[in-house]
Amino acid sequence: MGDLGELFGSLVMIFMTAAITNNFILSQFLGICPFLGVSKEVPTAFSMGLATTFVMTTSAVCVWAVNSLILVPLGLGYLKYVAFILVIASFVQLTEMVIKKVSPPLYKALGIFLPLITTNCAILGLALMIPMNNYNFIESTIFGLGAGAGFTLAIVLMAGMRERLEFADVPAALKGAPITLLIAGLMAMAFMGFSGL
Amino acid sequence: MLTLWKDFVKGLWKENPVFVMLLGMCPTLAVTNTATNGLAMGLATSFVLLGSGIVNSLVKRLIPDEVRIPSFIVIIATFVTIVDYSAKAYVPAIAESLKLFIPLIVVNCLILGRSESFASKQPVHRTIADALGMGVGFTWALTFLGIIREVIGFGTVFRGTSLAIQVMGEWFQPWLIMVLPAGAFLTLGTVLGVMNYFKNRAASVKVDLQDSTGESCHTV
Repeated sequence: MGDLGELFGSLVMIFMTAAITNNFILSQFLGICPFLGVSKEVPTAFSMGLATTFVMTTSAVCVWAVNSLILVPLGLGYLKYVAFILVIASFVQLTEMVIKKVSPPLYKALGIFLPLITTNCAILGLALMIPMNNYNFIESTIFGLGAGAGFTLAIVLMAGMRERLEFADVPAALKGAPITLLIAGLMAMAFMGFSGL
Repeated sequence: MLTLWKDFVKGLWKENPVFVMLLGMCPTLAVTNTATNGLAMGLATSFVLLGSGIVNSLVKRLIPDEVRIPSFIVIIATFVTIVDYSAKAYVPAIAESLKLFIPLIVVNCLILGRSESFASKQPVHRTIADALGMGVGFTWALTFLGIIREVIGFGTVFRGTSLAIQVMGEWFQPWLIMVLPAGAFLTLGTVLGVMNYFKNRAASVKVDLQDSTGESCHTV
């Protein structure tokens, strides 16, 4: 029972670290492009977050399998980047096909965001961190889930603020990207408060 | 010759990948905590940009259109592997401080973007000019941001190298926030804001960067 409790504790720790204290967007700068590009409205931001979480979790599992069952035993570590990006690209493609078949409304809602996830550096970053941290199968899954949850949290918060910003009197020079970056800076500062947890 | 010059020059300012096109935002924010890191990241990215640009431009007729983007990504990943292993062998300290962001050059939208929009359509010599221009533009932008953050955050420039200069006097209390993640967003936001201000004043035309942010990474 003690072992189980310990295992559970370490999994919660991995989840919280990936989601909050080492938030992918606000403290590791992974996935800035969708964060700036797809954060104009809350519903689309939320869909983007969900799609990314899904791809993150599934590709975390696949990457773990490819790395520890194929690359490491065969001594092909130098093929890591090529192999991971191919896994991610094909996984995004597969996800798109499955969602299209299983749930057409969801497919319609996510639309163009799905294929774009391939070039989201948060996914490749996550893939590269798995061998770096020596995560096992369960830890990789939880890590992917946590990273996705953190991504969704940050992008939805940002979208909420940008919706309000539509009605604010922003100086002309700061309109668009500059004000978004300044807000992100303040959010990053707020998230620093979690680092003591 | 004039075309080549134009291909080169546009990356420096008019179509600067960082300040105008807002491409490659992740490394721009993540590794500009010191001037050295910014410069190193810029050079690494430029090498990949040039190498993959040349190869992609040479093989453009051999690759069927449908598998164009996966092929580009594999070629880019190959060059990134070269950079990664060379950096680990020759400049281990810099490779250590850039960590994850060297492998992440694979998904830098600047590189795929140039391959897709330029190298896949133009002959090799023009691609080289374009890649060099974009590379220099990216490198100076990252070094510039790195200098600002390092001067305010540590009071130095190029710290940890033989070029290190103490810019601020004894009295200066470093703003540590500038070298932390929050500082990256604040610096880039402020720099873009200041640039917009002068652009607006110069042209009196409203520059709306919002659209370019939304589409930049997603046009590829």
